[in-house]
Amino acid sequence: MTASLPRVSASVVVPKAALQKILENLCAAGFALIGPTVRDGAITLDEIAGVEDLPLGWTDEQQPGQYRLKPTRQPEYFGFGLGPHSWKKFLLPSRMKLLSVVRQNGNWTFQPVSEPAPRYAFVGVRSCDLQAIGIQDRVLIGGEFHDPHYAARREQIFVLAVNCGKANSTCFCTSMKTGPRVTAGFDLALTEMPEVFVVEVGSEAGSQALGDTPWEAATAFDLGRAAQVVQRVERSIQRQFRTDDLPKLLYNNLEHSQWEEVATRCLSCANCTQVCPTCFCVTVEESSNLTATAAERTRVWDSCFVLDFSHVHGGNIRPTLRSRYRQWLTHKLASWLDQFGTSGCVGCGRCITWCPVGIDLTEEVQAIREKAPK
Amino acid sequence: MSVALPVPEIHAGLDPMRPDWAVIQAIKPEAYGIQTFTMRFSDPKLAASFRFQPGQFNMLYLPAFGEVAISLSSDPGEPQVMGHTIRSAGNVTRAFNRLKVGDVAGVRGPYGSWWPVEKVESKNLVIVAGGIGLAPLRPVILAVMRERKAYGRVVLLYGARTPADLLYTDEFEKWQQGDIEVHTTVDLGDEHWRGQVGVVPQLFYRIRVDSKQTLVMTCGPEIMMRFVIYEALARRIPKEAIYISMERNMKCAVGFCGHCQYGPTFICKQGPVLNFASIEPFFGKEDF
Repeated sequence: MTASLPRVSASVVVPKAALQKILENLCAAGFALIGPTVRDGAITLDEIAGVEDLPLGWTDEQQPGQYRLKPTRQPEYFGFGLGPHSWKKFLLPSRMKLLSVVRQNGNWTFQPVSEPAPRYAFVGVRSCDLQAIGIQDRVLIGGEFHDPHYAARREQIFVLAVNCGKANSTCFCTSMKTGPRVTAGFDLALTEMPEVFVVEVGSEAGSQALGDTPWEAATAFDLGRAAQVVQRVERSIQRQFRTDDLPKLLYNNLEHSQWEEVATRCLSCANCTQVCPTCFCVTVEESSNLTATAAERTRVWDSCFVLDFSHVHGGNIRPTLRSRYRQWLTHKLASWLDQFGTSGCVGCGRCITWCPVGIDLTEEVQAIREKAPK
Repeated sequence: MSVALPVPEIHAGLDPMRPDWAVIQAIKPEAYGIQTFTMRFSDPKLAASFRFQPGQFNMLYLPAFGEVAISLSSDPGEPQVMGHTIRSAGNVTRAFNRLKVGDVAGVRGPYGSWWPVEKVESKNLVIVAGGIGLAPLRPVILAVMRERKAYGRVVLLYGARTPADLLYTDEFEKWQQGDIEVHTTVDLGDEHWRGQVGVVPQLFYRIRVDSKQTLVMTCGPEIMMRFVIYEALARRIPKEAIYISMERNMKCAVGFCGHCQYGPTFICKQGPVLNFASIEPFFGKEDF
């Protein structure tokens, strides 16, 4: 037990019960806690009050097109995989007012719409999802223009990361080199052990959050055990996804018969783009009162699977399912690299789990590769 | 002699999605359902500092209707007045065409890439346009006419569905006096039409081109541009000397919305004006 705080980049051990104190510290520092919680038969991300809202004693089973919660005898706070939500729900809200205008004396004037951006503490961020935030950073604040709404939220977040203790059948972070171990961009990174958390301190804010907890410096033994947890997960990841030939393979096969084939199964429901932690496409809706003296512009999530997405005068550029699936997959795995210097896929597997017909992008790419004309 | 125009500055401040207000100063009917709106920012400072390059576009906003990407069709040498030639096609453009002089609209921009007018210096230029595709090329013609001696032969090949759909016909004489060759065609003539009937790319047969000394700039329906490219390549004009202006759905113009993607290209950022060589692998792919 130490009264002082651990230094940045130190590793410490805290008892499981200290998690509540960490969350209280974050609340006291003005953060709104966002973390995993059980809702509607799934582990979703939402505002939480404290550890009591975490899915203690729950785990999940995931297959292509299937997600099931089940109780577990292991009393773990983070003993589950990824749910349908990613953190983009909070950094890039699915629905957000951009502008509000009113007409007074014949003149249009803008009304203030922006409330102060919430300060979020993200509890239980997995490595792949942290990488996904880094990818959205490149899209929304990495270029010539900056999205001020994203920037205001993003720069204030506290990241309480968690090294995965379990991998699902849909996970393939090892192929995408995005996990399972959290390596950067966190304030605190936990590894959950049966009776303690091994905690890596990533920042000054992270160190502060450990205030008044009975932390002790981690021993080589603790670190070894924590490393084993991640190694075990790494070894358990079955899904392999070859990426070395990727941008070229897809660019060279834009007319491949597999696009036609996957279109016979794809429902164009857009689930994959909604659960994807990197998909950033949005549209802007215009609404007004009946006398057209007040109007609002609202940004909402959109999807390249929606027919209207490519609408121009005279019709839609991508009227076929084949062309829309091709757009999604080639953007995610090929043109994203050209645009942002990184793949758009972090291997979280959500699009596989939440596809109602279980379409698996890794299988689709393999099919293109195997049947590639050359 | 320099023909360079000032490099435009994006004037949007903190919020790139927020437009500024501009007043409509004049409205000129061009063809059925098409009018040119001359606009000026209400803020005099903004009006004075606004610059654009030929081929760039603005996002125009009408409260209660929405936003639409429209290219600038006016003289980049007089950037304080912004010209937009708008065809009634959807909600926003239909509402636009109901506006009157003195009405106000939101404007943000200019966005996108521009026609490489500077590369034409002492070379020849073939401008090929179909229908309203002439609007983003009109600033090229006007810029060329300002410094006409700096360029070689300049030809406009232009076509529309019918004679009534041809834009800027009242200016053709002035352009010709300014040593711009104008060749026109229509898909369907009327009783007064004595000119060529046929598709735009056929106009290439009316001119001779020096393949090493010629740039092609084209804007129109994609199918037209495809055949323009065939004709240009058939005349051994290198791919790198062919520029096209592409169109895709656009919601933000600043690279956030994802709608205008064309392979690796964001039409709002790297486009709308693109070098053909840079998009050749994707151009003409079905439903791409």
